[in-house]
Parts: sequence; structure tokens; C-alpha cells
Amino acid sequence: MAQAETQARNQTKTQFGYRRHADQDRTGADIAVHQVIVVGAGPVGLSLAIDLAQRGQDVLLLDDADRIGEGSRAICFSKRSLEFWDRLGVGDRMVDKGVVWSVGRIFHGDQQLYQFNLLPEQGHKRPAFINLQQFYAEAYLVDRVEQLPSISLRWRNKVVALEQRNDGVALTIDTPDGHYLVRAAYVIACDGARSSLRRMVGAEFSGQVFEDQFLIADVKMTAEFPTERWFWFDPPFHAGRSALLHKQPDDIWRIDLQLNRYADPAVEKQPENVRPRIARMLGHDKFEFEWISLYKFQCRRMDRFIHGRVIFAGDAAHQVSPFGARGANSGLEDAENLAWKLDRVLRGQSPEMLLESYHVERSAAADENIRESTRSTDFMAPNSHQEARLRKAVLSLAKETEFGKRMVNGGRLSVPSIYESPLSTPDGQDWRGGPRPGTSMPDAPIAAQSGHAMFLTDAFIGQGTRFTLLEFGNGASVAAPEGLGAIRIGGQDGFVDRDGLATARYDAEPGTAYLLRPDGYVTARFRHPTRGALEAALARAVGLNGRLS
Amino acid sequence: MPLSTSSNFARPDDAFRAIVEAHRGLTDEQSADLDAALVLILANHIGDIDVLSEAIALASRRMIAADQQQQQQQQ
Repeated sequence: MAQAETQARNQTKTQFGYRRHADQDRTGADIAVHQVIVVGAGPVGLSLAIDLAQRGQDVLLLDDADRIGEGSRAICFSKRSLEFWDRLGVGDRMVDKGVVWSVGRIFHGDQQLYQFNLLPEQGHKRPAFINLQQFYAEAYLVDRVEQLPSISLRWRNKVVALEQRNDGVALTIDTPDGHYLVRAAYVIACDGARSSLRRMVGAEFSGQVFEDQFLIADVKMTAEFPTERWFWFDPPFHAGRSALLHKQPDDIWRIDLQLNRYADPAVEKQPENVRPRIARMLGHDKFEFEWISLYKFQCRRMDRFIHGRVIFAGDAAHQVSPFGARGANSGLEDAENLAWKLDRVLRGQSPEMLLESYHVERSAAADENIRESTRSTDFMAPNSHQEARLRKAVLSLAKETEFGKRMVNGGRLSVPSIYESPLSTPDGQDWRGGPRPGTSMPDAPIAAQSGHAMFLTDAFIGQGTRFTLLEFGNGASVAAPEGLGAIRIGGQDGFVDRDGLATARYDAEPGTAYLLRPDGYVTARFRHPTRGALEAALARAVGLNGRLS
Repeated sequence: MPLSTSSNFARPDDAFRAIVEAHRGLTDEQSADLDAALVLILANHIGDIDVLSEAIALASRRMIAADQQQQQQQQ
């Protein structure tokens, strides 16, 4: 494949050397003890390690390979993921390289059924999505890791045994120089769908297996297609099945074709068999293959994301079908959810039970992602004659009716999870809109007193991504609890609400205040907060009032 | 709002007749296609997931009744 060439052309470092570490010489009572070990240097493990390091934690990050994964794999990164990466200092690089898009089109046969815009409104720092090959995302994250001395990233370090203790975990690690032992207070398993740590803790990983096969081909060509997501049901070039076309950087196009359930993978994967199909789709054969992969998938999750002192995140904890960009993006949401909680627990600022809220919030999110992606998959590949008949009726009604269009399911794309969380303080006042507790903070364009144009998400980063009080108007004139960040919109010395969008998006009146968590989620909101109400909401959000037990 | 099972049409025979006539001259396959479209159109018109679920439950009771009848005949 030509991927290595592309990577070389773009001078992206993807190959890393094994380096012996002093930990490997320590044995017996002298073995190294770490606070946190993250296993797996994919997008989730890398992002989690950076977030923890930025919060002041020392992190040992292990990966069993010595290079960034092959192929494009995940390509769609959501607005929520970009906002997280902004907080990690890598958002600009991702967006500069990525292909920005927000429009999708759905076709049936050769006719367009409808189009949708995932971010129809202005005034957000980040777009609905970018498309970016996963290896670029990983390479940029590794560059960031290398700027952070508190992360020790060790390639070709493979965990081969795990032992749970009361106060931590002991890991046996295999390297080119043999085995060594380390201990950690917590181990975070980000080691992917085939997680070996999941096997080591003896966890079940069951769910629904889909029999349909899909073929991914990334092809290189110059084409004039717009940067939109195009999805076909029963296209003229691939009768009776579905197809997807999507642009990536470097003139690479992702093509996803549904195959027959009984197709022979070895045969289907041969470039000479793939080429005619794609030539029919594109109407020409002036393209080169970058990557071809054939896959089936499962929708499943672990019953518990926490096993003693081992915590699972990303594909290791849950797997979905790829339609909806809910794999990597949900893994990144796991990372942002876990990092601040683990940081607080390691500092002794919150009880260990705070981590339970990670399981509560993120396993519910996994259920939702599985439900959505399973529905999309069932719509694309009906399981019975009657399901096929209902789908046919929907596709046909979509040509004439709005409700029909809305029922056509060619993938429901990842949106930030909304948490029904024990950490949230339920609304006490009347609200006409705005983000309710458990919702991620909406962005809005604002300006500093100097006139400098920026976004609300920038102001949140400016406060150090900690618990932050977002106030409107002249504020509640309540002394906020100590240690809280503060963003004030309006009033004498606050940020200027450039287009009135911050006020509108937060249903704000003078005195309105939102309490934001370190991951940018709303945890409580008040029309006129009192000191006591803020303290109670904060205690609840950090697990200090016993609601988690 | 619960599912209404009282008689809502002033002339119920007209409603039944209209559905019957829509199927006239169709093959079983075409009839099934027509029903599928009709169900989706009517479900959207109702626009209430609870009412729809009740309607599905009421309709599904016929399947259970039919199963039991079949079992009794076999005994």
C-alpha cells in the first residue's frame, strides 16, 4: 500500500524506537511504582495521557507496537472531539490538516432523497466534523506527548500479566530486553477492541454480531466532488446494497461498500476485484489504492468499565458499527470524562467513588451509541423480508414526504452524550432553553474587553479547564467558592457577547450562572445563585456528598 | 393521550371499505407493500410514541391468540 509514501511525503513521524528504561533494571521490593499507567497509545490513550499530564499527573504510557497503526481507520472526528483536542493543545493542527465538513447527502438509486447540515448555525469555533486519517491524529498527539516531560511513552512494551492488589495493580511488561515489573495505583486500559487487559481481568464482552460484510477502500485521486458525506441506498453502481463516499486530506477518498453476507473475504479484498466496482462508482479508473480492508462488526460493551483498579476506555470497553462516527469520538469522550475525575482521586480531593460516575455516565453513552449504530446498520442491512419491505416504504415515502426523509437512516452521526448523572444538580428554576445539567457547554462567539474576538470555549481553556462559573450580566455578586475559574459575559468588565449568541444559547438573564465541570459539561445552573447553592452543587459534582454510594 | 379504541368514524363501514378497496387487484406482495407504507404514514400522523406502542401491543395480541389457537388444535 501507498500509505508509507503518503506519510513520508507529509513528514509525519510514525515509526518510533524502543528505548530501554531504568525501570527495567529494578526488581523485587525496588520495582517502580507509578500513579497511573495508560495501556495503548491510540487516540484515546494518547489523549487521556495528555489530559492527565496537563493536570499535573505523571503518566506511564505503554504501547506494544513501535509504530502508529496501519491504514486510515477512523476518519471522522466530531466537534466535541475537536473541542477536547483544543484543551489538549492539538486542535489547530488537526483542523488545519483535516477536511472540514458539515453537509451530508442521501441518495436512493441515482436520485437525491435529501441533504442535511450537522451545524447549520454560525458562531462556533469548531465545525461539525473534520475528516482526518487516524494516523495523522495519532502522530500529532504523539508530538504533543513529547512536549510533556511528565509522560513516559514506551514503545514495544507489551503487558503480559496483570495482578490486582488492594491499593493498585502490578503489571508484567514484555520488551525486546525481556520482562520487567511495575506497579501503579490505577491502570487505564485503552488497548482497543481486542484488549488483552480485558481478557486478563476476565471480563465478558458480549453483544450483537452483524453478519454483513463491508469493504473499505481508501483511494487516491483528484476529483471535484464536494467535501460532503454522500451515502447511497441501492446505487446504480452497486445494485441492492449501500455505499458511502467521503473525502480525506491528501486527495484520499474513503469508499465504503456493503457486500453480500456470503462474500469470500479473501477474494473480495483483491485489488483486481475491488477496482471494477469503484471504477463503476466513480465513472473512471484514474485512482490508486491507499488502503483496502474488509470488515464485519459487532456492537457490544463490557458490563462494568471499572474492574478493581483497572479502568477501561474506548474500543476496549465498547464497540459499535462504524456508521455514525461513534467509535473514536466516544472513546475520546471517555478520556475527557475520566481524566479530571482520576486526577482528583489521585490527589485525594475526591473519594474513589467519583470514578463510579465515569462508569455510570460513559456506559449509558455506550448504550446510546450502540442503539443508534445498530439501528443504522439494521436499516442498511434489513434482517427479514418484512424489514426490507418497511425500508422500501420509507425510501419511497422519502421522495414525497418530510417524515419519510427523517426516517431514512444512513447513519446518525455522533453528537455529545447527555448525562443523567448523579453528579448533576437538577434544575430548580424555570428555563426556556440553554444546556441543562449533564449537557456539554455550547460554544458562542465572544470578545475580550480589548476587542479581541474569541470563543467561549477559548475562555474556558483560559481558566485552566477546571470547575468554572460562567456568569451573565453583572454577575450574582456572590463570592464563588475558592478554586473555581470564572468567566463573566457582559457587565462592566466581562467578555462582550458579540452577536448576542452566548446570551441566547444559555437562555441567560442578568445574574444567570452555569457551573461547568473540568470536561466542559454543565453540572448545575441558577438564575441567581447563592453561595450555599454553589457549594452544594460543587460538592455533589466532585462526589463529596455521598450520592454515588 | 391513551390509544383510542372507541369508534371514531361516523361511518365505520366507509373506512373499512376504503382500505379493502385499496387492496383490490393487488398481489399479496403488493398488498404487503401497501400496508407497510400505510402503517408508516398513519404512525407519523399519530406522532405519539406511547400511542403507537399501545397500538402495536393491541395488534400483537392477535399473534398470541393465533398461536394459542394453533396449539390447542394440535393437542
